[in-house]
Amino acid sequence: MNTPTSTGAPRRRTIDIVNAGLKKRRRAERRFRLYGMTAISMGLLFLLTLFGSIISKGYTAFWQHYMLIDVTLTPADIAPDGSRDPQVLAKANYMGLVKASLREMFPEVTGRRDKRRLYKLVSSGAASEVRKRVLEDPALIGKTVGFWVPTDDEVDLLLKGRVNTQLPESQRRVKDNVVAWVETLKQQGRIQKRFNTIFFTHGDSRNPEQAGILGAVSGSFLTLLVTLLLAFPIGVAAAVYLEEFAPRNWFTDLIEVNINNLAAVPSIVFGLLGLAVFLNFFHLPRSAPLVGGLVLTLMTLPTIIIASRAALKSVPPSIKEAALGVGASPMQAIYYHVLPLAMPGMLTGTIIGMAQALGESAPLLMIGMVAFIVDVPHGVFDPATVLPVQIYLWADSPERAFVERTSAAIIVLLAFLVTMNLLAVILRRRFERRW
Amino acid sequence: MFKKPLVLATAVAATLVGSNVHAAARDYISIVGSSTVYPFATVVAEHFGKESKYKTPKIESTGSGGGLKLFCAGIGIETPDITNASRRIKKSEFMTCQKNGVKELTEIKIGYDGIAIANSKKAPPLDLTLRDIFLALAKNVPNPKGGEELIANPYKTWKEVNAKLPATPIKVLGPPPTSGTRDAFAELGMEGGCKSFAFIKQIKADSKAAKKAGDKEKAKVLKSKYKGICHGVREDGAYIEAGENDNLIVQKLEADPEAVGVFGYSFLEENMDMVQGAKVDGVPVTFETIGDGSYPLSRPLFFYVKKAHVGKVPGIPGYIAEFTSEKAWGDEGYLSDRGLIPMPKEEREKYAADGKALTPLEM
Repeated sequence: MNTPTSTGAPRRRTIDIVNAGLKKRRRAERRFRLYGMTAISMGLLFLLTLFGSIISKGYTAFWQHYMLIDVTLTPADIAPDGSRDPQVLAKANYMGLVKASLREMFPEVTGRRDKRRLYKLVSSGAASEVRKRVLEDPALIGKTVGFWVPTDDEVDLLLKGRVNTQLPESQRRVKDNVVAWVETLKQQGRIQKRFNTIFFTHGDSRNPEQAGILGAVSGSFLTLLVTLLLAFPIGVAAAVYLEEFAPRNWFTDLIEVNINNLAAVPSIVFGLLGLAVFLNFFHLPRSAPLVGGLVLTLMTLPTIIIASRAALKSVPPSIKEAALGVGASPMQAIYYHVLPLAMPGMLTGTIIGMAQALGESAPLLMIGMVAFIVDVPHGVFDPATVLPVQIYLWADSPERAFVERTSAAIIVLLAFLVTMNLLAVILRRRFERRW
Repeated sequence: MFKKPLVLATAVAATLVGSNVHAAARDYISIVGSSTVYPFATVVAEHFGKESKYKTPKIESTGSGGGLKLFCAGIGIETPDITNASRRIKKSEFMTCQKNGVKELTEIKIGYDGIAIANSKKAPPLDLTLRDIFLALAKNVPNPKGGEELIANPYKTWKEVNAKLPATPIKVLGPPPTSGTRDAFAELGMEGGCKSFAFIKQIKADSKAAKKAGDKEKAKVLKSKYKGICHGVREDGAYIEAGENDNLIVQKLEADPEAVGVFGYSFLEENMDMVQGAKVDGVPVTFETIGDGSYPLSRPLFFYVKKAHVGKVPGIPGYIAEFTSEKAWGDEGYLSDRGLIPMPKEEREKYAADGKALTPLEM
């Protein structure tokens, strides 16, 4: 190639050709990297927008405004006969007492409509707050006690600056006199912003200020518990058998293809299957975490089996062969040598499968877990919903205050997902051995 | 290492087998049905749960049709006790109920709901007639040049439909066909405008005449032709199915001042600062006009109770009493705060008595 040509044209050395094209090649190289970087920054941008919008909408839900009211616990209204029997005390009209204390604070309010508005300054849960305190300590009866009670959701939004008071009065739900009352209360120091514990300790409610995610979180927990207890042993056992014992023939090939296909089946299909099998055939109760767990087990099994088989494959065959060589039975070789080494990989797969199951709502629609449930579930037979379903239900509610609660619930769900994925990463880092 | 999960899994499996025993008793009321009634039923359920010794009922939002299907599936603890509906039970559904052993069911009307047609506050308010609604949204409309011929809907802007309306493109966000709101919208809004064309109205009259004359086949054909004309919504992109989520429609209206939305009145009430309701046939959409029936797009809401379950599932009479009490569905009740439009007093008294006596529905 380096020999001069007979035509006598100037001799071109390879290095010259390379040099001539070098600039172009470097440019191409830079462009190529740029494409990659653009892709990543686009992804990051989307993620940031998503997080930004969720967090900016939702962070206020972690606070709730409370209002100080002085309730006079007149014995005549609570227990006229002087009884201290908890059953009598529980039945008294505490809302009436709360209303009386509000009237006392704003004696100038007279009209029927204005009074209704006045009573709506505090949450309808205020009465149960008073009831609880009286039941705990009946000695309070007869005294005037200050109570910090949650404000109504609309007042809360007003205090959080989420109500546009510039609009004409007829066009907003929070009227001028309410704004004025809240202003007066604020000046009197009767309004306080507190951490919204209700959000974490209550079940669902149609009053946004009393709605919490505890019911949904326990529902998710119970459902995932059932899923884990079923999917992990079954998945691992299936993987071990397929990987270590099963003969290679058309039948096991068929099983393998099916498992891989199942991993890609839309989750709603599992919901329909659950409806047909668990509800209609086995007559299990609707809306129960048990059925939810069974359906999600079906959904996560392929993920766990595939991950577990990969983990088993990555254990060097020499370890098993050495065990067999010194006289271990195949079961002993697998149980004491292969499985412990494959376990981190299996657990990672399981956690990822669980995280997937945690975020699932479509299959639960079919088995009645998309429902309004106030009581916090305590067992796998109690009716329950799960976190993603709670988000869906709140997003569909007309009350404005549910917008921030929806976003707050999403933040909680994301926190759970991130924790689970982080756990998977840590497990892999700590325990995985490379050969 | 694996013994523990295995033992636990066996325990779960064991409870699974024993669950039939458990399913034989249910200590909470199970309610299904319309997503329009859901916001009201849930509030009642919560009050009932707090103020009685019973558990809070469980309420699923399945849509009116889906709810009645589950409700009519039979008698037994695994079927729901109550179903909510944003329309009256159909004869065919009633027959299914009867066939499956749900012999006695009580109908309770709870109030009215208005369907609002609204747009963003940033745009001028609309003043529509039912005829405008039909012409703007029907799949086939009478030829604007006259005659009794139907052509594919040619209208692109509101001004083409009615010269008084603004020259903005027709873009309506509304519920999908599975929704009870859509059924009611088609029946009250579209059909109302459709009937204003004499030759289309004639089809219905012909169908009735044929039925009277005993020609059932012809009556059926004519009736479905009439329904096809009046209920058929255009599919060329002017009507956008926005899913069951009314909040989403409100947000989209806020973002696009040219768009018009169709949704339940309670969502309009909650979002008065962002969207405004259109006048229909000159009547503004308000609490009062829906209640007295002068607003054309208002419909009754119901729930149905399975009598066979009363006494088996605890609390059903208590729940009915809570729902039919003045403090709930009265003029000043807590349901009216949530956007339910109360019935006149006599009607309330009638249905409250029905609820108490569990009067079986006859069709």
